Amino acid sequence: MNSRLHNLRKVLRTAPPTAWFGMGVIAIILLSGLFAPLVAPYGETEVVGAPGLPIGSEFLLGTDQIGRDVLTRVIFGARNTVGIAFLTTALAFTLGTVFGLLAAVLGGWTDQGLSRIVDILMAIPPLIFALLILTITGTSIFNMVVVIAVLESTRVFRLTRAVGMNVGVLDFVEVAKLRGEGLWWIIRHEILPNIAAPLAAEFGLRFCFVFLFISALSFLGLGIQPPTADWGSMVRESATLISFGLPTPLVPAAAIALLTVSVNFVVDWFLHQASGLKE
Amino acid sequence: MAQIAKMVAQRLALGLLTLFVVSLIIFLAVELLPGDFTQAVLGQSATPETVAAFRKELGLDQPAYLRYFHWLGDIVQLDLGRSFANQRPITELLGPRIYNTLFLAAYAAVIAVPIALTFGILAALYRNSIFDRSINVAALTAISSPEFLAAYILILIFAVELGWLPAIARVNPDTTFFERLYILLLPAVTLTLVTMAHMMRMTRAAIINLMASPYIEMARLKGLRRGRIILRHALPNALAPIINVIAINLAYLIVGVVVVEVVFTYPGLGELLVDSVSKRDMPVVQISCLVFAVTYIALNLLADILSILSNPRLRHPR
Amino acid sequence: MSASANRSGNGNSRKGELLLEMKGLRIEGRAEEQWLEIVHGVDLKLHRGEVLGLIGESGAGKSTIGLAALGFARDGCRLSGGEIWFDGIDLMKASEEKRRRLRGSRIAYVAQSAAAAFNPAHRLIDQYVEAPVYHDLMSESEAAAAAKDLYERLHLPEPKTIGFRYPHQVSGGQLQRAMVAMAMAGRPDLIVFDEPTTALDVTTQIEVMAAIKDIVEQFDTAAIYVTHDLAVVAQMADRIMVMRNGDLVEEGSTRGMLAEPQAEYTRALLAVRQLQKDASAPEPDARPILRVDHVTAAYGDVEVLSDITFEVPRKRTVAVVGESGSGKSTAARVITGLLPPRAGRIIYDGNELPADYRHRSRDQLRRTQMINQMPDTALNPKHRVRDVIGRPLEFYLDYDGKERDARIRELLEQIELEPGQFIDRLTTELSGGQKQRICIARALAAEPELIICDEVTSALDQLVGEGILRLLIRLQEELGLSYMFITHDLATVRAIADEVVVMKNGRIVEAGPKDDIFTPPHDDYTDLLLSSVPEMDPDWLDRLLAERGEQLRDRGI
Repeated sequence: MNSRLHNLRKVLRTAPPTAWFGMGVIAIILLSGLFAPLVAPYGETEVVGAPGLPIGSEFLLGTDQIGRDVLTRVIFGARNTVGIAFLTTALAFTLGTVFGLLAAVLGGWTDQGLSRIVDILMAIPPLIFALLILTITGTSIFNMVVVIAVLESTRVFRLTRAVGMNVGVLDFVEVAKLRGEGLWWIIRHEILPNIAAPLAAEFGLRFCFVFLFISALSFLGLGIQPPTADWGSMVRESATLISFGLPTPLVPAAAIALLTVSVNFVVDWFLHQASGLKE
Repeated sequence: MAQIAKMVAQRLALGLLTLFVVSLIIFLAVELLPGDFTQAVLGQSATPETVAAFRKELGLDQPAYLRYFHWLGDIVQLDLGRSFANQRPITELLGPRIYNTLFLAAYAAVIAVPIALTFGILAALYRNSIFDRSINVAALTAISSPEFLAAYILILIFAVELGWLPAIARVNPDTTFFERLYILLLPAVTLTLVTMAHMMRMTRAAIINLMASPYIEMARLKGLRRGRIILRHALPNALAPIINVIAINLAYLIVGVVVVEVVFTYPGLGELLVDSVSKRDMPVVQISCLVFAVTYIALNLLADILSILSNPRLRHPR
Repeated sequence: MSASANRSGNGNSRKGELLLEMKGLRIEGRAEEQWLEIVHGVDLKLHRGEVLGLIGESGAGKSTIGLAALGFARDGCRLSGGEIWFDGIDLMKASEEKRRRLRGSRIAYVAQSAAAAFNPAHRLIDQYVEAPVYHDLMSESEAAAAAKDLYERLHLPEPKTIGFRYPHQVSGGQLQRAMVAMAMAGRPDLIVFDEPTTALDVTTQIEVMAAIKDIVEQFDTAAIYVTHDLAVVAQMADRIMVMRNGDLVEEGSTRGMLAEPQAEYTRALLAVRQLQKDASAPEPDARPILRVDHVTAAYGDVEVLSDITFEVPRKRTVAVVGESGSGKSTAARVITGLLPPRAGRIIYDGNELPADYRHRSRDQLRRTQMINQMPDTALNPKHRVRDVIGRPLEFYLDYDGKERDARIRELLEQIELEPGQFIDRLTTELSGGQKQRICIARALAAEPELIICDEVTSALDQLVGEGILRLLIRLQEELGLSYMFITHDLATVRAIADEVVVMKNGRIVEAGPKDDIFTPPHDDYTDLLLSSVPEMDPDWLDRLLAERGEQLRDRGI
């Protein structure tokens, strides 16, 4: 245990500034999201002043188009948007890895069937597909989470299947098969430990895509609905303020970018680290 | 040659099959509409007669497979039906919008592709230099940013503060080509920023992968200069991956256009789609989705076929 | 160049003059963010027209030194100290431009894998012509004519037109010769050959060796010949340098070193192929442990095994020999049940086994174990030695707790690894030979009767491989194991087999007791195979070529 801690410290010491920046931002966003009611100066939907107040000492980031405190909304947005995105990613990941591993290990018809379905799903641009489905099912958070999770799970499937197959054809898996081991034992003991690193990185990247996806839908008015504080819909709602020279919509937009950039920086470093250790 | 023809034919067949399935999904989407959909469209006050008439207009009284072929047949003849929302023929609605969207996408592509390829190749050749690292960080930032962030920053600076360019991209059929270029500069730059980053990273990765191959080392050991190694030994083999990168990103561009069109309220297909989704104008949504899907599939197919054609092993079979 | 009496080509008046000299050469390689020295101050001298053999096991630094002769270091390596003088130019101090001008014109390089080193997008002759034209040595038409001439001298088929083919349209041995031609294109003073025959089958290796030897003598070119195989270098080199871990071990004339090796390490390398076990006849009246009975197998529509029948006697070793594509590894896949045959049966100890391993009982699976070619991929990099050996113990034999631990230690001792030191190591913390020993222990843990060994030494250095063979022989004596030994290497056959099965193109060419197979008369193919194995005798190649005479020239596949 001690040596692991030591290793972690050693690895952390090699982290480039971008990775440190990323980890810092993620920590701040997570904490403020978790403790939103404690951290935020006002209530989530509380109107506290005149609409469209500029950045100032009373309202650090100004007020929005109906006079709510932007900082408060951004903090609550961290809780809502990030929470939903995380849930969606986790769902997409579970679907993608389970089916991806099955396709990789079983091969044959299972693989053919699953891969063809995924091919079709991936042949349709995801945003368009989501719009189509949401027209039918109506826009609700539940529908959106399911639709995005299914669509994103196709990419997780592809990756898991590919790395799973790379490991699956190695001799030690063949040895386990010839020993008579069962499917789950092989997946659990022989394959998963060897694909954990790329999967972890993929989780980070997928989270970014899901997050941007949800934000885009919300921005288009088809995702998370007001008055729930959410970064994407905040941009949409306060968009008109920009023509008065107010940067209000840029605040939540920048928050989105800040989080995804941070995750990307950390993942990038992680990937670099993982590939570097192999050499 | 026969092998190439066979592979291309295979890809084409697969593409057609995909299109078929996609059209089926889009068609079935209406089938899956919950029962109160007609009500939702017609409003709570609709009488049973109007509901029945509406269902008949949708053709919901016929078996599904018949209606599918009917629908497909109509689309092939460019008879796209009428919008629920305003009863205008969809063909009329769609024509100018498709043109607008393609114009914007092409505009962005013309800016993005050359810059992205140049930067991608340079970053690969000067790997781990300051140039490469800063390009990398910039690209990562651009990829991670939502389209509307770049759009609003550009609007705030160039439209609101400086007043150089319009914040809203209003065009009509009378707008001249050069006026269009001016009006669309901000949306095009926004799109460029987002796709360029992807394209650049993929180009860089492709070139780095290539430069590690033994035949490049061989070329170095033959005493060739860097320029010749790149032009003669790397480029012919880089063609396939680069073509692939471009096609994939063009497909992405066509789709990414949706958000940008909404930001600039540009009358393109994407804006129409979003508008129709919120109005639940089903026929328009179906057709717009189909157009997007066809373009996307066609571009990906093109990427596939071009990379088969540029593979020397396949071009010169044993 | 002692052996060559008369030469054609541009005879060199300055023969014997010093061409290349390295003084205290140091090279560093980058590993995990820091530079480690991999070549520790090596001195090397090469005279005009001389062939120097650079020999050593993996990690000896021989390829790195070979490239340094071109003033070149791979990405992740750097020339960190010493001097490299080429014909009065210090390559370490010279500008990159100056070094560039030497490469491809006065110093050329031949890589291990021609398939990877030729650019797939260009025809052979275009790649030949490139360097001499680029360096302004000759015009394009002159170079093209010279190419055809060289292709002919290297006995390539259809020398006038073969250059118009693309690399993937030409076979491996031919491609390797085409690369030798390409290196010759600028009529260089020095060529560096980097393991040019290692990736080839023995019968093809001969053709390439003969071609290289011939052409180097004809043009009186100096060469550095890098290889791990002492028998190969004995044919090619006038002088040999033995390297180990970046240091020079011994240097001397080829004949001198072969006759009287000075260093212990060199003696070990020389003795490596001498291991020989006396063949035993099968135990009388004993039922064979395995019978492969009229087996035919295919991948898709391609038939890779055609009506194969052979037996493995109890407590004996059957070596299955053949070149790549002979179907020998497929035979192992059929026996283990990974590839169910089209026709025929696998009979184990008198009982037919289900064709598919998934239908075999746990006990049936236990009795046959397999040891793979690549110990790197045969062990899960995330597992510890304890897990690797412990799993079959608990899976087949219900060992657990202290008993399991004790048995693992016992097995580790059996394969000559110190239990306390190894039991908790990750498999990635082992050397190649140690990994292969762990694979053996894993097979032994199942307490099998038959072990299938698939090229178990070919991924290892020769000395390490020999240790593995000795271990396997000892285990057979102690435990009464039966082996089916798949190999392409006849020295291995000689070392371990009781009986031999020779395969070619999915068929058995010849089979019988080892002594019969190794004593004439042979089947034609067996004869070709046997005679193609390089021997530690510097005159072996010349003698063989003389014997085969025009026969080989005509083969020119």
